[in-house]
Amino acid sequence: MEKTIAGKSITVNEEGYLTDFNQWDEKVGEALASEANISLTPRHWEVLKYLQNEQKNQVALSIRRVGKSGVVDIKEFYQLFPVAPLKTATRIAGIPKPASCI
Amino acid sequence: MNENNGEIKKMMIILSKGTLENVYAAFVLANGARMEGIEAEMFFTFFGLEAVHKKKLEHLHVATVGNPAMHMPTMLGGLPGMEALATHIMKKEMEKIDMPDVLEFLEILSASGVKLWACKLAMDMFHYKKEDLHEAVDGVITVGDFYKQSSGEGVHMLFI
Repeated sequence: MEKTIAGKSITVNEEGYLTDFNQWDEKVGEALASEANISLTPRHWEVLKYLQNEQKNQVALSIRRVGKSGVVDIKEFYQLFPVAPLKTATRIAGIPKPASCI
Repeated sequence: MNENNGEIKKMMIILSKGTLENVYAAFVLANGARMEGIEAEMFFTFFGLEAVHKKKLEHLHVATVGNPAMHMPTMLGGLPGMEALATHIMKKEMEKIDMPDVLEFLEILSASGVKLWACKLAMDMFHYKKEDLHEAVDGVITVGDFYKQSSGEGVHMLFI
């Protein structure tokens, strides 16, 4: 479905995840973050860029993998994105929701 | 189902068993809750205490006897070494699907904000001391304390 995010018409799925990463930019990321009541700091951006990079390399994302990335540990990941960190961070980053149980 | 449209706010998970498959089930459920933005607390009682006992948590086994889903005759499952063998195979399979071992999983739970409680009665029964338990354990509490922790809307309780 179409949704207006940061003044742009963007295609998202029923859970609000972008279906085409090419429609993502930092303004879109900021708008999605504020929908989740998060104001993005440089630390948030480091994590978001890492997630986008992993997605580009087709790595299956999980909390465990993020924790071992050296970019952020699990405790800080939860501090940055307190509610459902992996789900929220991937939605802000404009990448698909990981289908991970761990 | 009227409160918060039945939305789950917090999972209270009681682990009473020390077999690997039950420990993993409880850990995956607790971690899964946190991943969805749901609070989670765990209460380790009876054999479930082994999952947080420093010297035991890395030596938990799969049960090969009394488990029809193992598809192994009970007499065979009771032979020496069978439990260790089944555990070895299961651990190898878990590694393949990126499943952490018990110690790492416990650390993940703690870092994710899962509260970990040990049951006072079971601690007394097994003569365990707080120092015997992993540092991630938040405290030794009574069943009454655990119920108090469980108050509020949208709280669900699970016994494993």
